[in-house]
Amino acid sequence: MQHALLASVFIIASCGLAYELVAAALASYLLGDSVTQFSTIIGAYLFAMGVGSWLSRYVGGNLVRRFIQIEMLVGVLGGFAAVGLFLAFAAQMGPFRVLLYLSVLAVGTLVGLEIPLVMRILKREVAFKELVSRVLAVDYLGALAVSVLFPLLLAPYLGLMRTGLLFGLLNVGVAVWALYLFRAQLPRSRDLYLAAGASVALLAGGLAVAGQVSDTAESWLYADEVIHMESSPYQRIVVTRWRDDIRLFLNQNLQFSSRDEYRYHEALVHPGLAALPGARRILVLGGGDGFAVREILRYPQIQSVTLVDLDPAMTRLFATAPLLTQLNGNALNDSRVTVVNADAAIWLEENGEAFDFVVVDFPDPSNFALGKLYSTGFYRLLARHLAPGGRIVVQATSPYYARRSYWTIVATLEAAGFRTAPYHALVPSFGEWGYVLAGREAPGLPTAYPEGLRFLTVAGTADLFRFPADMERLPVEPNRLNEQSLVRLFEQEWHGAAR
Amino acid sequence: MRRREFLGAAGALALAACAKGTRSLPPGELQGGNFALGHRLGQGDFPAAAEIRPVEVLIVGAGIAGLSAAWRLQRAGFEDFALLELEASPGGNSRYARSPVCAHPLGAHYLPLPNPEARAVRALLADLGVLKGDPWALKPEYDEAYLCHSPQERLYRFGVWQEGLVPHLGLAAGEREQMARFFARMADFKALGDSRGRTFALPLAYARPDASTAALDRLTLFDWLKAEGFDSPSLHWYLNYACRDDYGTDYRQVSAWAGIHYFAGRTGEGGLGAGDTVLTAPEGNGWIVRRLAERLPGRLHTGLAVHGLRQEEGRVHVDAWSENEGRSLRYQARQVIWAAPLFLLPRVAPQLPPDLAAAIAPLSHAPWLVASLHLAAPPEAGAGTPLAWDNVLYDSPGLGYVVATHQQIRRAPPGPTVLTYYRPLSGEDPRLARQRLLDTPREIWAEAILSDLGRAHRDIRSLTTRLDVFRHGHAMARPLPGFLDGARRARLARGWGRVRLAHADMSGMSLFEEANYWGVRAAEQLLREAGGRLAERLA
Repeated sequence: MQHALLASVFIIASCGLAYELVAAALASYLLGDSVTQFSTIIGAYLFAMGVGSWLSRYVGGNLVRRFIQIEMLVGVLGGFAAVGLFLAFAAQMGPFRVLLYLSVLAVGTLVGLEIPLVMRILKREVAFKELVSRVLAVDYLGALAVSVLFPLLLAPYLGLMRTGLLFGLLNVGVAVWALYLFRAQLPRSRDLYLAAGASVALLAGGLAVAGQVSDTAESWLYADEVIHMESSPYQRIVVTRWRDDIRLFLNQNLQFSSRDEYRYHEALVHPGLAALPGARRILVLGGGDGFAVREILRYPQIQSVTLVDLDPAMTRLFATAPLLTQLNGNALNDSRVTVVNADAAIWLEENGEAFDFVVVDFPDPSNFALGKLYSTGFYRLLARHLAPGGRIVVQATSPYYARRSYWTIVATLEAAGFRTAPYHALVPSFGEWGYVLAGREAPGLPTAYPEGLRFLTVAGTADLFRFPADMERLPVEPNRLNEQSLVRLFEQEWHGAAR
Repeated sequence: MRRREFLGAAGALALAACAKGTRSLPPGELQGGNFALGHRLGQGDFPAAAEIRPVEVLIVGAGIAGLSAAWRLQRAGFEDFALLELEASPGGNSRYARSPVCAHPLGAHYLPLPNPEARAVRALLADLGVLKGDPWALKPEYDEAYLCHSPQERLYRFGVWQEGLVPHLGLAAGEREQMARFFARMADFKALGDSRGRTFALPLAYARPDASTAALDRLTLFDWLKAEGFDSPSLHWYLNYACRDDYGTDYRQVSAWAGIHYFAGRTGEGGLGAGDTVLTAPEGNGWIVRRLAERLPGRLHTGLAVHGLRQEEGRVHVDAWSENEGRSLRYQARQVIWAAPLFLLPRVAPQLPPDLAAAIAPLSHAPWLVASLHLAAPPEAGAGTPLAWDNVLYDSPGLGYVVATHQQIRRAPPGPTVLTYYRPLSGEDPRLARQRLLDTPREIWAEAILSDLGRAHRDIRSLTTRLDVFRHGHAMARPLPGFLDGARRARLARGWGRVRLAHADMSGMSLFEEANYWGVRAAEQLLREAGGRLAERLA
């Protein structure tokens, strides 16, 4: 009897760790940023286990009966957690993170109840010292077994959903086994037998259809049909299409919609470049989708465009996928364009080239590492690469949603020695968006644009440089490397806007 | 409890460690000074000099004091000098190491923005191009690349990283009030002084201790705190951390005057929003060493141990053992600047006057251990403030670690890095601690360091690919009560004939500003005596 229970501890421990790993791996897969996901999921799970252990003091009555009930509950809940979460994410039902942590907390709490209950059951037969040493030793062994199996066998061959379901079945198996072992202590337990049968059937059925579910579910993740999916070392790249609307998502964040990207990219490039008829050499930092390059190539006098983007997967995709090269006019394959896959700051430090026009299109300053790319230090570095009379344009987040952040970027460019001309444009997919034009001299406005623009007009350009009252300049400090005020502001403002 | 830790560790390592096993130690080396050579110095069993090298000025020791002296001589256009260093590389406490990932410090890792009175430091920084514009401005402008980037410091306590090093989360009733009162007292001390200077100036030579503040040098910081009614455990932890950090010495032993000086001594600020941010670089203060040593081709000789020093007939005879050549050399110098630790001088100079030897004798030095942890990736973020430059664990035997790649500007997610972990052996008698530092194998230290950091970073073992342990046997002079004794310090400042003393030991506080001051002062004295007026006086 004792050995049977210890064997079940081994299985329980395996299952407990498996649910945790499945949840963490699923969260990293869906949300990206695996370190954060693993860290927070495991933290929440361990906390919930603590809650479960503490709650175990309130579990009374027939302990064996309670134990079997809990095993079945853990089995079904833990087993289906991955499937349920995946479907919820795909179908965009409710706030995903809330569901994720609720399920982690629920499963963790139940798992936390298990070991204390087993110990109380075994207490009747074994001395405490022995009990603790044996139960915990077997507990650790079970955890070790799964921690080795999960990355080597389970995750790659079974997948997350099937792994979850399989361990659910094992958990219910422990319940069935306990039903058999303790049948003498469990009179009138027809309900338990029925529940066990139903749990087994449910999980087995789940296992049978899991393959189909996971095959179709990822395409639900996006409202539209997914036409490309890829994970690079830097990000998860997903391209979707619905009729003529093609969208790019990086780590689930929308980068462009083909319906209105022309507004964003025309506004990014032309107000600066159209005023520089002598511009020959252009530098683009970020912007691996090639749209900014497409706009730049409208000018016949351009001799060279250097695109520096971190992720080779991005530039490869936008240089080869037919649908996407059609969108960016095959810009990345133009003979005047050189694609460099490098970290922008390193490339700037190591190169001495000077440019007439520089497009800076980095992700928003949402953490300290990205915040450095919007600092006086970075802009001074950039200034060393600006030819006489040259201009820089910086995408500068939304002056409407993140007003103080936007004007901080303007103040930062000014503190780095630039004269600026801030402007904005409405891009329906993003909302009101902000840019900053900068140069050693005050940037002037263009008097003509290239043929074929759909958004900008010479007559309308002055309006872009006027800010309505709710986006007007605020007195803010520049973003210095030793303070990084921008990251703190950006966090406050977008956090506030999301609420 | 243990189950939780196990599960947590197993998962957090993103599964990799589980396959590898968790207890094996990363490879690495036990490094540090040439202790065998250092210890031979006093024994005199070196062969007679095989070659005589005449030189006008000889500087012994290429730490910050020696390098500053050389810098000052060169600044005045004086080039007839040589600089001898016992170790294989210059820099002393500011030495650094290179790695494929990033240069990293082996000791001192930052320089506070210098006070207005630290003229020599300011002139040096201006010369190196880091201080821009007027070096004597109240708040000069500094090169942003060297100002420590934000987030600068964080403290791990109660499972959360708090921003800054002063504990402010989870304080008990009354602690916050005591913190406020303590810092108000320090602000008062900071403002203390008269028209000739501040009471707690830095360099110490400019300080004007009066009778009431001099009394602070008769008790320990701990006793002063007790007498002043400060009993907050968080405040006590923080002040002990500060004393161990700046002096390598427990606050139960540090002179209250020195402990207060840590807070009241520094007034340096930078313009353009720099505030009181410190100056740093991937290699800590090693960048200053590198830049100064680059200017000394042919003059800086490393691996040369001075084992004999005699003055006669208007010359100083300095015998040095060349580790590389396996022979002794004799330098015949008109003037010597002794910029090595003072305790070595009586060992190599039998003629040393007894009163000078007696002024040196009370000095004792704290041993330090500095570990370089090479990581495949930064440790997982944890709760609270993200990875900062300086990361400290509450109630740790160490002082936390600094991140060598912190000053980089990168778009890519953070990759491999080097953490420099600091631990002064401050809890025991320095002699015993030094013996323990020499006798303990690397594995023991590595295990202790990984366990310590493991409290905050469960993934540290799996991430660490290499762990080198660097030992500083006599890292820092310990400012014990009585260290301020004016007569003793004046005796040291007078030097010994043609041998001028220049080392942070002269102040009893192992600070960059002190080493720099004494080095520059010795060079200026020498230049003045050689005739001619100095164009400028920096010390």
